[in-house]
Amino acid sequence: MALITYREALNQALREELDRDERVFIMGEEVGYFGGAFKVTDGLIATYGEKRVRDTPISELTIVGAGVGAAMGGLRPVVELMTINFALLAIDQIVNTAAKARYMFGGQTKVPLVIRAPQGGGHQLGAQHSQSLEAYFVHCPGIRVALPATAADAKGMLKYAIRQEDPVMFLEHESLYGMKGEVPEDEDYLVPFGQAKVVREGKDVTIIAYSKTVHDALIAADLLENQGTDAEVIDLRTLNPLDIATVLESVRKTARAVVVYEGWLTGGAGAEVAAQIYQAAFDDLDAPIQRVASADVPMPYNRHLEAAALPSPDKIVRAVERIS
Amino acid sequence: MALERERIAERAMYRLAEGELLEIYRLMTLIRRFEDKVAEMYTRGKITGFCHLYAGEEAIAVGAIHGLYDKDYVVSTYREHGHCLAKGASARAVMAELFGKSTGISKGRGGSMHLFDPVLRFMGGYAIVGGGLPIATGLGLAIAYRGDPEVVCCFFGDGALPQGAFHESLNMASLWKLPVIFVCENNFYGMGTLVQNAICQEELYRFADPYKIPGVRVDGMDVIEVYAAVSEAAARAREGKGPSLIEAITYRFRGHSMSDPAEYRSKREERIWQERDPIKRFRHLLLHERKIAAPVLDRIDQEESAVVDDAVKFADESPEPPLSELTKNVYVE
Ligand SMILES: Cc1ncc(C[n+]2csc(CCOP(=O)(O)OP(=O)(O)O)c2C)c(N)n1
Ligand SMILES: [Mg+2]
Repeated sequence: MALITYREALNQALREELDRDERVFIMGEEVGYFGGAFKVTDGLIATYGEKRVRDTPISELTIVGAGVGAAMGGLRPVVELMTINFALLAIDQIVNTAAKARYMFGGQTKVPLVIRAPQGGGHQLGAQHSQSLEAYFVHCPGIRVALPATAADAKGMLKYAIRQEDPVMFLEHESLYGMKGEVPEDEDYLVPFGQAKVVREGKDVTIIAYSKTVHDALIAADLLENQGTDAEVIDLRTLNPLDIATVLESVRKTARAVVVYEGWLTGGAGAEVAAQIYQAAFDDLDAPIQRVASADVPMPYNRHLEAAALPSPDKIVRAVERIS
Repeated sequence: MALERERIAERAMYRLAEGELLEIYRLMTLIRRFEDKVAEMYTRGKITGFCHLYAGEEAIAVGAIHGLYDKDYVVSTYREHGHCLAKGASARAVMAELFGKSTGISKGRGGSMHLFDPVLRFMGGYAIVGGGLPIATGLGLAIAYRGDPEVVCCFFGDGALPQGAFHESLNMASLWKLPVIFVCENNFYGMGTLVQNAICQEELYRFADPYKIPGVRVDGMDVIEVYAAVSEAAARAREGKGPSLIEAITYRFRGHSMSDPAEYRSKREERIWQERDPIKRFRHLLLHERKIAAPVLDRIDQEESAVVDDAVKFADESPEPPLSELTKNVYVE
């Protein structure tokens, strides 16, 4: 184990997979000489050269589309979008090609493409640079959606993403890059998709979260403990595939659930989780499921308004109080 | 071609009255002082988020907008403080926006990258590279549809050329002869990437050719040359002859944003461009060619510093937007 940041963990994962498989290469805006806008690919071009760490023009649609084509051509591209907000320029290739090629062509091809992108708000970057768009991709069959919350998962999940065979939206959180954690050094350390993790055990309520909101949920759980409420916290890790079994097991124990996510409240990925709980475990619930998410507004620049728009530990505590 | 443009610029300068020249000088000075003060306020934590400064590029915004009428529209990017001030915004309203205050030009909701003022026809800063061009094309469509004699001036960086939106906009604007002036601010870099590493054709103005519109390259450090080129393009657009592409060569004196130390550029390169400082150059011209007395210009310098100081005070003392208004304006109520 080594104590490293989420950013360093991602960098290690990329290095190890570049070493392991010659077909793996990286491309994106500023990923080479600049080292990535968030420095995730820092130093890679010095080791692997321009062939395998490729700086691209600002052309998101074609960066992703070329990633799809390269994957169909036998390579294993890891494409970086500087932030998720720019994935909206590429959404045609993500939804219409990456996610569909295998099925639409009768299973005769595959698209082992990883699209990495940071997302999230909280830095006063305004309406066009603060979004969490996982729900857009979760809605679409054919593409995996992974959102690591810790340094260890960042490494293990990215390595798994690169080795598995389907296209993946690999969504990192801008606020987590500097967060440190113990990370295994084993070169075959993989965190397979579809395995939610109980990150805190409790008996009174289940807080279901992913990405940065896992940390908000853990803070909330500490606050709740002071009030005598024992919360269980689950990190979903991937939304597609979704490990609903782990969630149901917990909810059947606690009989209460709060789903927390940073995307907009309406139509967010947490709404799907809530729907699946209701469908499978309605009779086990003692109270209606609560959702804590971002307000349904374009993100305001002003810091107080932004804080009011985002989910927070306090809002999670209040949601739990509503059903306790 | 460069020589010919210089001659046009020279003629243009002698056409401009002294008052106009001083107004141009005043605006460029205001923008520089404003941006220097923004950097200071950013370091002091008064301004947060992404913040991209325009120092070094003032001649483009000021020259281009001087070639327009008040009723003409401007569309810009996230590096738009200069364009917004040149279009007539008060330093107070822009500074207050950067401070996130309710007196800001976008009521504290937009921040540095999203300034907007419909009265000034400053139609917004857009933070998605290339995102402004289709908007400008649509404003051009609205003008043509209404049959008004207005034009749209759309500013964007060299980094926008590899985007589909650039090509789609030029094609559509040309096809429909829309009154849009596309002004590419070529400062040689998109973040840390050199133009030649991002674009197969380094002479960016030549992207006009396939779209059958006029394309020119001007010295973006020469305010009069920019003014002359935009005036010409605006006249053409007003006559219903359609869009133009103007490539203005320039240099940003600071990093890409407040968090970029610009380590990918050499100090030597930066020095060479500092020597071409558009404000110093224009001042020199005013002093030596137009024989304007130095104290006249010094006074403008002092006045603009005072304007910027006043803007900071105003922004600092302005109220925050109320939390009760979080969901206001998502829809028309
Ligand atoms: C679609 C999109 N991709 C990437 C970015 C991130 N980004 C912001 S500015 C920038 C560079 C743009 O350079 P240029 O157009 O030359 O403008 P300059 O900053 O030099 O004025 C990049 C890549 C973005 N804002 N939008
Ligand atoms: Mg540029």
